[in-house]
Amino acid sequence: MSQQGYVAAPPYSQAQPGGYQGGFGAGPAQPLYGHYGGPPQAFNAPPAAGGMKSPASSPAGMPPPSGPSQYSPNVQQNGAHPQRYASPSVASPTYGQPSHSVYNSMASPAPPPTQQLTNQMSAMNLGSYGAVQSPPPHPAASAHPGRQSTHMSPQMAPPQSPLINMQASGQPMGGQSMAGPPMGGQSMAGPPMGGQSMAGPPMGGQSMGGQLMAGPPMGGQSMAGPPMGGQSMGGQLMAGPPMGGQSMAGPPMGGQSMAGPPMGGQSMAGPQLPSGPGTFQQHGVGPTGPANYPQQGGQFGGLMSGPQPGMPGGFPGAPGPLAGPPQKKLDPDSIPSITQVIEDDKARLGGQVFSTNIRGQVPPLVTTDFTVQDQGNASPRFIRCTTYSLPCTAELAKQCQVPLASIVKPFAKLPKNEAPLYVVNHGETGPIRCNRCKAYMCPYMQFIDGGRRYQCTFCNCVNEVPAFYFQHLDHVGRRVDFYERPELSLGSYEFVATLDYCKNNKPPSPPAYVFMIDVSYTNIKSGLVKLICDELKTLLEKLPREDGAETSAVKVGFVTYNKVLHFYNVKSALAQPQMMVVSDTAEMFVPLLDGFLVDYQESRAVIYNLLDQIPDMFADTNESETVFAPVIQAGVEAFKAAECSGKLFIFHSSMPTAEAPGKLKNRDDKKLVNTDKEKILFQPQKGVYEQLSKDCVAQGCCVDLFLFPSQYLDLATMADVPSHTGGSVYKYNNFQVETDGEHFLRDLRKDVQKSLGFDAVMRVRTSTGFRATDFFGGIFMNNTTDVEMAAVDCDKAVTVEFKHDDTLSEETGALMQCALLYTTIGGQRRLRIHNLSLNCTSQLSEMYKCCETDSLINFFAKSAYRAILNQPVKNVRDILVNQTAHMLACYRKNCATPSAASQLILPDSMKVFPVYMNSLIKTAPLVGSAELSTDDRAHQRLSVMAMGVEDTQLQLYPRLIPLHNVDVGSEAVPAPLRCSEERLTDSGTFLLENGHSIFLWLGQSSPPDLIQNLFNVPSLAHLQPGHMFALPELDNPLSKKVRSIIGELLEKRPNSMKLQVVRQRDKAETLFRQFLVEDKGLHGGTSYMDFLCFVHREIRQLLT
Amino acid sequence: MSTYQEFIQQNEDRDGVRCSWNLWPSSRLEATRLVVPVSCLLTPLKERPNLPPVQYEPVLCSRANCKAVLNPLCQVDFRAKIWACNFCFQRNPFPPSYAGISEVNQPAELMPQFSTIEYIVQRGPSAPLIFLYVVDTCLEEEDLQALKESLQMSLSLLPPNALVGLITFGRMVQVHELTCEGIAKSYVFRGTKDLSSKQIQEMLGLTKPAAPGQQGRPVAPQEAAATCRFLQPVHRVDMNLTDLLGELQRDPWPVPQGKRPLRSTGVALSVAVGLLEGAYPNTGARVMLFIGGPPTQGPGMVVGDELKTPIRSWHDIQKDNARHLKKATKYYEALANRSAVNGHSIDIYACALDQTGLLEMKCLSNLTGGHIVMGDSFNTSLFKQTFQRVFSKDYNGDFRMAFGGVLEVKTSRELKVCGAIGPCVSLHSKGPSVSENEMGIGGTTQWKLCSLDPSTTLAVYLEVVNQHNAPVPQGGRGAIQFVTQYQHSNTQKRIRVTTIARNWADAQSQIQHIESSFDQEAAAVLMARLGVFRAESEEGPDVLRWLDRQLIRLCQKFGQFNKDDPTSFRLSESLSLYPQFMFHLRRSPFLQVFNNSPDESSYYRHQFVREDLTQSLIMIQPILYSYSFHGPPEPVLLDSSSILPDRILLMDTFFQLVIYHGETIAQWRKAGYQEMPEYENFKQLLQAPLDDAQEILQTRFPMPRYVDTEHGGSQARFLLSKVNPSQTHNNLYAWGQESGAPILTDDVSLQVFMDHLKKLAVSSST
Repeated sequence: MSQQGYVAAPPYSQAQPGGYQGGFGAGPAQPLYGHYGGPPQAFNAPPAAGGMKSPASSPAGMPPPSGPSQYSPNVQQNGAHPQRYASPSVASPTYGQPSHSVYNSMASPAPPPTQQLTNQMSAMNLGSYGAVQSPPPHPAASAHPGRQSTHMSPQMAPPQSPLINMQASGQPMGGQSMAGPPMGGQSMAGPPMGGQSMAGPPMGGQSMGGQLMAGPPMGGQSMAGPPMGGQSMGGQLMAGPPMGGQSMAGPPMGGQSMAGPPMGGQSMAGPQLPSGPGTFQQHGVGPTGPANYPQQGGQFGGLMSGPQPGMPGGFPGAPGPLAGPPQKKLDPDSIPSITQVIEDDKARLGGQVFSTNIRGQVPPLVTTDFTVQDQGNASPRFIRCTTYSLPCTAELAKQCQVPLASIVKPFAKLPKNEAPLYVVNHGETGPIRCNRCKAYMCPYMQFIDGGRRYQCTFCNCVNEVPAFYFQHLDHVGRRVDFYERPELSLGSYEFVATLDYCKNNKPPSPPAYVFMIDVSYTNIKSGLVKLICDELKTLLEKLPREDGAETSAVKVGFVTYNKVLHFYNVKSALAQPQMMVVSDTAEMFVPLLDGFLVDYQESRAVIYNLLDQIPDMFADTNESETVFAPVIQAGVEAFKAAECSGKLFIFHSSMPTAEAPGKLKNRDDKKLVNTDKEKILFQPQKGVYEQLSKDCVAQGCCVDLFLFPSQYLDLATMADVPSHTGGSVYKYNNFQVETDGEHFLRDLRKDVQKSLGFDAVMRVRTSTGFRATDFFGGIFMNNTTDVEMAAVDCDKAVTVEFKHDDTLSEETGALMQCALLYTTIGGQRRLRIHNLSLNCTSQLSEMYKCCETDSLINFFAKSAYRAILNQPVKNVRDILVNQTAHMLACYRKNCATPSAASQLILPDSMKVFPVYMNSLIKTAPLVGSAELSTDDRAHQRLSVMAMGVEDTQLQLYPRLIPLHNVDVGSEAVPAPLRCSEERLTDSGTFLLENGHSIFLWLGQSSPPDLIQNLFNVPSLAHLQPGHMFALPELDNPLSKKVRSIIGELLEKRPNSMKLQVVRQRDKAETLFRQFLVEDKGLHGGTSYMDFLCFVHREIRQLLT
Repeated sequence: MSTYQEFIQQNEDRDGVRCSWNLWPSSRLEATRLVVPVSCLLTPLKERPNLPPVQYEPVLCSRANCKAVLNPLCQVDFRAKIWACNFCFQRNPFPPSYAGISEVNQPAELMPQFSTIEYIVQRGPSAPLIFLYVVDTCLEEEDLQALKESLQMSLSLLPPNALVGLITFGRMVQVHELTCEGIAKSYVFRGTKDLSSKQIQEMLGLTKPAAPGQQGRPVAPQEAAATCRFLQPVHRVDMNLTDLLGELQRDPWPVPQGKRPLRSTGVALSVAVGLLEGAYPNTGARVMLFIGGPPTQGPGMVVGDELKTPIRSWHDIQKDNARHLKKATKYYEALANRSAVNGHSIDIYACALDQTGLLEMKCLSNLTGGHIVMGDSFNTSLFKQTFQRVFSKDYNGDFRMAFGGVLEVKTSRELKVCGAIGPCVSLHSKGPSVSENEMGIGGTTQWKLCSLDPSTTLAVYLEVVNQHNAPVPQGGRGAIQFVTQYQHSNTQKRIRVTTIARNWADAQSQIQHIESSFDQEAAAVLMARLGVFRAESEEGPDVLRWLDRQLIRLCQKFGQFNKDDPTSFRLSESLSLYPQFMFHLRRSPFLQVFNNSPDESSYYRHQFVREDLTQSLIMIQPILYSYSFHGPPEPVLLDSSSILPDRILLMDTFFQLVIYHGETIAQWRKAGYQEMPEYENFKQLLQAPLDDAQEILQTRFPMPRYVDTEHGGSQARFLLSKVNPSQTHNNLYAWGQESGAPILTDDVSLQVFMDHLKKLAVSSST
């Protein structure tokens, strides 16, 4: 487990001594032991508890007895956990270096927690403990109530979270102004009535609840009724106040959610009562045994203990119960909603111009359409940050645990209404750069001394202005030519690179695309080869070209292969193509130079001829073995020989088992899932492929891999090279031309036509005080600073993590300059510069205010996905949850006005962060389920590594678009709904899309006319979803509208998506359901609601 | 003595055999004293238009280790239907098919005129001939074009059912698949990687039938043929291959300034050999290698690609400065041996102005009976016509080539076989008649000649077994039987059997007879072959010394002289020319490396050890004809005194054909007299040597270099270097200016040589 990797161990290791800690599980356990030498004895109880089962079912009544039983399980579990946790946490020092800081920060909070923890613990679950401990928390009246209260309180928490939201919304107003809303919160928690009427009502509803929600829950049965009312009441009331407080859209949400939480609380109770037990048993029992959870206490115990056992498994215990019946009663609208946040941002900023003239400005969300006006900082399309206001000191950063990172997408596509980057040519001397730190001329350079010198803002070095570049300054000390020079006035621009920036000081050749087609039996038989060949004929006409160029400079080449490679000479002078077979796969070489890489326009006739022949040539092949590494090697050699960079498009079907370098063996061992060795499944096999990546990057050879597997093919290894060379991996399981052909071709077309840069080196320079320490993406790094990419296209992003070196100044802020040296598609060497200036603050609240959830989750996704290479998946999940809690707890502690511990208070900028985080934890790579294909998990892991913010956002929170009541007359796409089954209706039609998959879900009782309009069949029963991968083109407004929506989505996303039509209750629906990320995961993982509860509990632990 | 002349001639015509001695000494000691070993030149496939092959199997002696073929020397008991083997004296019954045999009804093999007889046997399936072209593409455009045309043309000359294949190479090696339609397909090998035969076959995808093959017998050639896409019948792929050759491009890899093109000859050959080895073992096949320069990379590399490092010279070799020599030679030898084992022969057609590495590669052809052709460019008639002549046909319309020959020598008990020299490899067939004393390729009674043609000639060296104290009884005859099995170009399997016999003579009493039975021409060639064979492994001067000693001993043995009186020295007519042959042999490029590159030496030696007696003699002592108004053309002495102003000389050295116009003639010609009707006779005089030269050019293989020069011309050196320098700048004035042309050389003249020889021969001290 251990290893360095993911999360910095330091916090943990410290924490543990401290007794507290990072891991929810571990933390509590230890203190338990520590404090109560006795508990062990409690263990004995469990058996006894077993007997308790039956009583368990009657939650309300049984509390006391259940108490012990609960504990015992807990204890046991805890007991087990600590050990598990301990080792990993101790041993795992790094989460990558960057994360250190983040995690380190954990350390500081850690110490105090010990006590808090105990307190919390007692407060939360352990009825009996509470009794025993009695000390700080709730001086619960009696054990029973005490317990209940404790139990309840955590549940209560959720209700408060909405309040928090309100607060959050309030925050922007002013750091302290928060007080108002929080007050409400407090009032909530506290003796309810308190500050706000808000509190009042809920209180009223739950009354008791506030303090000792326990009470009501206890009442459990009776609860149900009243609380409901109360809640609703509360909800409304709640809504009111916040509204008043802020005009923000957010707040209302908060209001609702406010209401929700109480619901939660009650609902919690609800489940306990009747159905609770059952669910609990199922869930909670799973891990420890049925006996443990039987009772109500069980729930609570479940909550607590659940998490612990659950953490590993994904909070099953606690969430479980929540997920059950309670949810029905709970109003899901009450918790922060991503769709709402998105819609709000759209409403607020959509269609507006975003000028980048202000330092540290938080841009609109990625989901919002806006126009960027570059006024000195790079557009958010190029760079987004986790926060736009960096904490001034490392301590601060540590404390809040918010990762400081930027997501750089250097070639991001710009909409038509935004100007492409200017190209600056500084002549033979090359771009002007600071003598010391080599930063490029940019708007941040300070011209002094009448314009004769300039001071570099990155390193403070004073440089002479070259004579040819001299210009006078105006009265404000600005160069007179400020507006004439992009490098002085813009955030993003390009320099023409001189020969000094070229390989071997020779101007680069235009890049080349080599199409390498696996012609083994499967691919021939499936018709894939023919499909590709036919498509290439037209596709090659559309090769990307330099802006303004008439034709593409890209050269093309063709290779087919099975266990030997076939190169083709398609020189235009030839009457027919020539095929050259290289069987020496041990030492691959390129058998020809002239005629392999050709200009498509010139050689079109020969290429046509070739593409016509390839499918026939191998029509009767029975070769099923393939090689792989030699194929890539061949591409690299070809580029080497031609002295160019380029891209390989490899169309491959099966695991390379033929005798050759890079031969792979099936190592798909499902038994490893959920063990410490699970990471092996993600790790590429070493050796050949490692070296190959190196070679590829050195030559500027990007590899795009199209896979058509029918079984396991060790994607982790096969995709190793693409994932280090800026390439993409596409995967089409059980490919069939009829069903997947179009889907694949869309991908291929997009991929071939993408604009991109080759042979790139990126360097991120920062002003003093902080520096880039870690990089995530489809990159290769030979040293710690230069990010090398064989190619980088418009969809690839590199996530850069920063770390403090020193204290940052609030005045000067923090600057970063991302310089990318690359070769254009036309073969020119350029430097692309993106500059961004950020604020610095010593106020955490300010920092939290400027956070961007979408960027944060991008960072977390990438760092977690990298961490699973070195650590058990479970650890990584723990760390994620932990850090989430920590970030939020820090906010709560430092920024929010004091409020009752039972309140969940989220910063406005992060209020939907838990949704994303929960969704991330439930993604295939992290979920640790043996039901998932190893290749799929590896694939998802790798594809996320190179994603930009938009893509991760969409991936982690799919769009669920209702179509049944779409306004066919309007242009607009219906507003998406929250990704929860709750939102589906039997008579509804929904489109769900996450950037990789797209589903059309049809409710059971979809109106026949809708079916008729969309599919041209009379009813749902006539539909054959298994054979439906596109909507028929029908001439009616609905069909047109839906098709245009789908078409637009397909157009917009970097990847093609295969449309899957799903009928409610169809078997295929499970596929669809796994994208409903607010629900409980199919393969494990909690629902949003439960997660929130859990996090809240964690926060409370941290805070107490 | 004319009788012996006739006898020799007759025997040669009938059997293709020339013996050094036509009477054999009766003991080993005496034989040794004769200096020139008992030996013979055998031309196994000598064209014999009047020898129709018989269509049945030969009758063999039933003794297991004899298996001699029934021949005219055998004693036959017609009544008992029994014959006695004349080698082992085993009495054998005739097979049932000979039941009708009687004194008047004898099978051909018993008739004396059929001492050489050829059988056509039906054994196994007949395999088609295979021609595998291995073509260097690192050529100048012109050369490549010419070569392509030659190759295309050659397709029309091949037997239609012959299999043909194409490998091209430069930096890479490409094996072309010939059956593809619409796309030219080839398998490519890296030029720097030595691959085993198995790897090659795997990479070419030829290993599939391995499974059935393992079960026992090797895959029948037909099956292999079906699977081998690289060798296809000419008639089927004619068009394809013509197109393919037409599209053949120069090696596209750039050759930087100051570098040689990278030429992977070694790997190309290895692939060729490996391909044939896998697909067609023990089938007649010809690998035809066309190269325009030395191998510069990979195994078999002869010189690096740096132009500043010149290819090794004799000087380098003597100084042990030839870096790649040993390794490359070893590599090619290994290939040659593999190829020979499978009965495939390798031709080398090397056309370049500089050396191409023949020294290292010669064994490829020498061991497999392949041709070596050396020229300046593929765009010369020398190459074009020579190449065309490879496919020449005999009076029957059959190609003058045979494959997979196995020569077995059987001797009567008094003789043992020492060895053979020629384009063959040993089959390591031990037997009682194998001598311990090796001469040439010895230690066996069987040799493999992967490819042979009607002029292929082997020298076979023998030894008399009997000790001095137990000589062979007088009156008997020693017999030798040559059994040559081969695949005829029409794919028939044939066996040619030649049985010869010579009388034993007591060297003490019958020395004159023995002397007069001496065949000095054959002896000269046989000794020369020994010399050349030695020269391959020994230092040049040692070989010359050995030759000299042999000559002196011979002269001492047979010369008539008074001790220590050189002037009294006389040699009988049967030996009179021998010293002169030796004189020219000493000067020949076979033994002298001066002025020759290692490649040239290898080339000359290669030709020398395979040609028949007549051609070999020409090589040793070129023929010089003189044309003048004084009479009909006449052969003249190969002497500088023959170089006269009013003569036209025609010299044939086998390798060169030089027409030399004397000073006066040259002036006349320049003046254009031949154009004038009144000087028609001059025109005719000019034409005569041309016509004669043409005749030689028409028939000779490989085509000689044709040189037309005149007095003072630079090319005249070819003539001047060959003639006996009887007049040099040293003795010019002593000889007067009247006749001949002085040669600027310090070489000794024949006269000096002879004087010296006499002195040594008569010296009592030796």
